Amino acid sequence: MSAVVEIASWAFILAGSFFSIVGAVGIVRFPDFWSRLHAASISESAGMILLIVGMCLQAGWTLVTVKLLIIGIFLFITGPTATHAVANAALTTGLRPKEAEGLVGAEPRSAKKS
Amino acid sequence: MRTIGAAAGLAVLWLLMSGVYKPLVIGFGAVSVLIAVYVSRRMDAVDGNRIQLALKPFVFLGYFIWLLGEIAKANWAVTKIVLSPTMTLRQHLFLTSYSQKTDLGQVIFANSITLTPGTISVEVEEGEFLVHAVNFCDEDLDALAEMDRRVSTTEAVPS
Repeated sequence: MSAVVEIASWAFILAGSFFSIVGAVGIVRFPDFWSRLHAASISESAGMILLIVGMCLQAGWTLVTVKLLIIGIFLFITGPTATHAVANAALTTGLRPKEAEGLVGAEPRSAKKS
Repeated sequence: MRTIGAAAGLAVLWLLMSGVYKPLVIGFGAVSVLIAVYVSRRMDAVDGNRIQLALKPFVFLGYFIWLLGEIAKANWAVTKIVLSPTMTLRQHLFLTSYSQKTDLGQVIFANSITLTPGTISVEVEEGEFLVHAVNFCDEDLDALAEMDRRVSTTEAVPS
């Protein structure tokens, strides 16, 4: 039983590390700001979730698992919020993504006050 | 009633976080819970701004599991783009409408859009979100409409 948990935990941790590295590679490889945001969100979602699940399996039924779960919940809420804030700041300052051929980007209707 | 609930919640949080069950440490915990409850009661007298969680818990749990599956699929799609030698990007900024009534529902929908790699919610408009997709295809619109519908089912609209 413990061997199964151990193997599963390592599988999760390795997969999480893989996605974190993929996210980092994506940040370097992608051409501009907007696409890089998407690369960052790989590490933030898949990398974070898999690593936390893997560490929970390592810790077993202890207080550490509770703390890891609380960290996970907070990251789950704050991660996308922070990404949204960065993207919104870029939009407000007038940065627009390079649209693909044949597509016209929507413009924000209301200019943000303040 | 709310005060007792808050105190109990804070005490449980303290016990879970500390993990050291000596009289001195538990005493510190009790004192800090009392201070926190006292301060929040005083603030409540000034600021009666209460947060209401208008959610159906079990439906939300089902939605959460569905969302994890979507995150897995979307992650794999973006990972393939990152690792492919050519990196074909099809960036697009588009509007998608939301049907949630409560602020919390809208936040859940917007955060779900951002959590699934490949789409980021950029701006909140009247009845619509401005969404950026890194590799846009027409199915994205259907997928977002599906997500919108599912988020709306988790809402318990206050009457």
